[in-house]
Amino acid sequence: MLFPCQGRKNSATPVLVTGAGIITAMGQGWNANAEGFRAGRREVRPVTLFDVSRHRVKTAAEITMPKSIPTGRLRPNAVRRLDRATQLLLIAADEAWQQARLDGTKEMPVVLGTTSGGMSLGETYYRQAIERPRAASRQPTRVLHYLSQTQAMVIEEAFGFQGSITIIANACASGSNAIGHAADLIRSGQCEMVLTGGYDALSELVFTGFDSLQALSPTQCRPFDANRDGLALGEGAAVLILESEARARGRGAPVLARLSGYGAATDCHHLTQPQPQGNAALQSMQLACADAGLTPRQINYVNAHGTGTPLNDSAEAAAINRWANGDAGGIPVSSSKACIGHLLGAAGAVEAAVCIMALQGQWLPPMNINDADPACNFPLVRAAGSARLDHVLSNSFGFGGANATLILSRTS
Amino acid sequence: MKRVFIHGIGAVSPAGWDVPSLRRALDCDSPIATAPLERPGWKVPLPVRRVPQPIPKLPFLAHARLRRTSPISLYAAAAGMEALHNGCYKRTEGHRLGVIFCITAGCVQYSRRFYDEALRNPATASPLLFPETVFNAPGSHLGALLESASVNYTLVGDPGAYLQALALGAGWLSEGKADSCLVVGAEEIDWLMADAYRHFSRRVVCGEGAGALYLSNTPPAEGAGVELLAITTPRLYLNGMSRLQAIRQVRGELPCAGADALLCDSAAGWPVRDRAELDAWSDWNGARLSPKRVLGEGLMAAGAWQCVAAVDRLREGRHRTALVSIAGSHQQAIGACFSTGDNG
Repeated sequence: MLFPCQGRKNSATPVLVTGAGIITAMGQGWNANAEGFRAGRREVRPVTLFDVSRHRVKTAAEITMPKSIPTGRLRPNAVRRLDRATQLLLIAADEAWQQARLDGTKEMPVVLGTTSGGMSLGETYYRQAIERPRAASRQPTRVLHYLSQTQAMVIEEAFGFQGSITIIANACASGSNAIGHAADLIRSGQCEMVLTGGYDALSELVFTGFDSLQALSPTQCRPFDANRDGLALGEGAAVLILESEARARGRGAPVLARLSGYGAATDCHHLTQPQPQGNAALQSMQLACADAGLTPRQINYVNAHGTGTPLNDSAEAAAINRWANGDAGGIPVSSSKACIGHLLGAAGAVEAAVCIMALQGQWLPPMNINDADPACNFPLVRAAGSARLDHVLSNSFGFGGANATLILSRTS
Repeated sequence: MKRVFIHGIGAVSPAGWDVPSLRRALDCDSPIATAPLERPGWKVPLPVRRVPQPIPKLPFLAHARLRRTSPISLYAAAAGMEALHNGCYKRTEGHRLGVIFCITAGCVQYSRRFYDEALRNPATASPLLFPETVFNAPGSHLGALLESASVNYTLVGDPGAYLQALALGAGWLSEGKADSCLVVGAEEIDWLMADAYRHFSRRVVCGEGAGALYLSNTPPAEGAGVELLAITTPRLYLNGMSRLQAIRQVRGELPCAGADALLCDSAAGWPVRDRAELDAWSDWNGARLSPKRVLGEGLMAAGAWQCVAAVDRLREGRHRTALVSIAGSHQQAIGACFSTGDNG
């Protein structure tokens, strides 16, 4: 029963991350990504998935797909229907599933964030509908697999489990909202374990959209650089297995980190521009800290939303300065988008995974920029290095004013 | 978990821009006339059920954020504002109004237009259209219209996701994330969407509009009001679970209802798809309401219309309990139970 909830609410229940999987332009899997993010490697390259010859910008953090993907229990005809976004999701989910040692799990809710689901299938559907209006070949399959809930069902089918599906589409905050909501489900007693994360594949419509807004950098994405000129788009997926501490410890699951705080707020200023002082971003960070029972002084690193656009980064810098309340000088900040671009609905999940990598390895993910924006009262991480990390904070802000913040903590 | 009451309801549908017009259309129990929608490349248009022009024009639709939006945002705003208005919502300092916006197809008109421009020449594709293609644009406009800085989610799913959204809203109220919550489901028609549905049945007629429920933990001041009693576990059509089995499990999980109860189902007059739901409820002897037969296949809007219609009949005193059964076309079955507050 979803309502009234049958479980016993315990907001103090620690929520642990017991599995994680990731694929980005940096590579497939935890190790390849950890190595790349630790070095601050930049993975933006020419777009090959669709024609960009008439676009203003012609690069993105496109993934080189592996030769084979894990398909679990999917039948061959179902495998043939998989679109790029679902493939990315399957790859990340498989790694998380294996790491969390979930074989035999039959029931588990799925909470995912995405902005465009199977958009490439929608594009193909439209082109055929226009070019060959009477041709129905493969169109029904495209309709079904365009839907993001179908992609979540593919995951359940591939791994042989059942559970409610929740797709959160809060633009670029979707992944963080999904993880935060998954943690809420555990703390409210509705379940003991959730498969959560975010995914998005590059698509012509979305790439053209950001290009039309002139939001893409014609040079290089440099978050918080004084001369930044836009973002780079990317694609990828990250999946986390969240679990109540009691269940995780009880079954001897590996523990990667603790999800200790989540906050969400809405910026009503403008559909695509943040309120200049970052009011909603500040509120989101404050709510996450309150949820975690932490003060800004206890946060050892901020993985910023940091898109590299002039307006976003200045609003986020203002929010971080205000949130730290004069103590920002001790909190290092960087943005993963400098390396792998903006992953939209996957961004929050992938950046949460990067935070877990940093917590586990006790290092700071650097980014390559030239001149720091003087609006930043905090140090920007510009070189690889070790650090003592107990609590890290990850921001995700999206179109429509969706703001979300996660706090992840090291476990002993 | 705290009790949850329905303080307000709102609807935009092919019957008109408010709940009374929805009520009249459902009471007539006769399908609303279809209108032709041009489908490029075809001589014969697609039959659809569109929302009529609002008369008189609703004042809040002139809000700056709604000037360039697609119809789905206008429908969501109108249904949401009606629910808040008849729920006597007044914006006060510190009140946290949570907003949940739900869609299946979403902002398909602007998406189709923008992609068409992108294919013709990406260098001149309109930057005004693109932001309105994003799934959460209508939810964002709604938040801006209401000046609500609180938590605001957009959920994507089949029509059953509307009931999941109600459960989410109830959870926010229970956990103290929001003081009250507005849950809106909406869709808009485009030839692309009607074309897509035609691949599954030539008999289906698409509809458009929105429905909204305004939730709070406090009982309404006037009378006992309507209470949300239960929302079942969603049952997915997956791993061997048939539609019929899923709907039967949902029915088994719903509270027993008396002889005077209402069943508001999701039958759309599409025999192949309706069969499982009709079979699962074949021995139901009480009153029955099927909004989609009258208004069309409104996807997420239809899920919301079902709830609005059920709550409206309870508020009118025509029943004491209402069950809502939503059997989505390919994802899941799910159900809910509403009751007048004096029903225990």
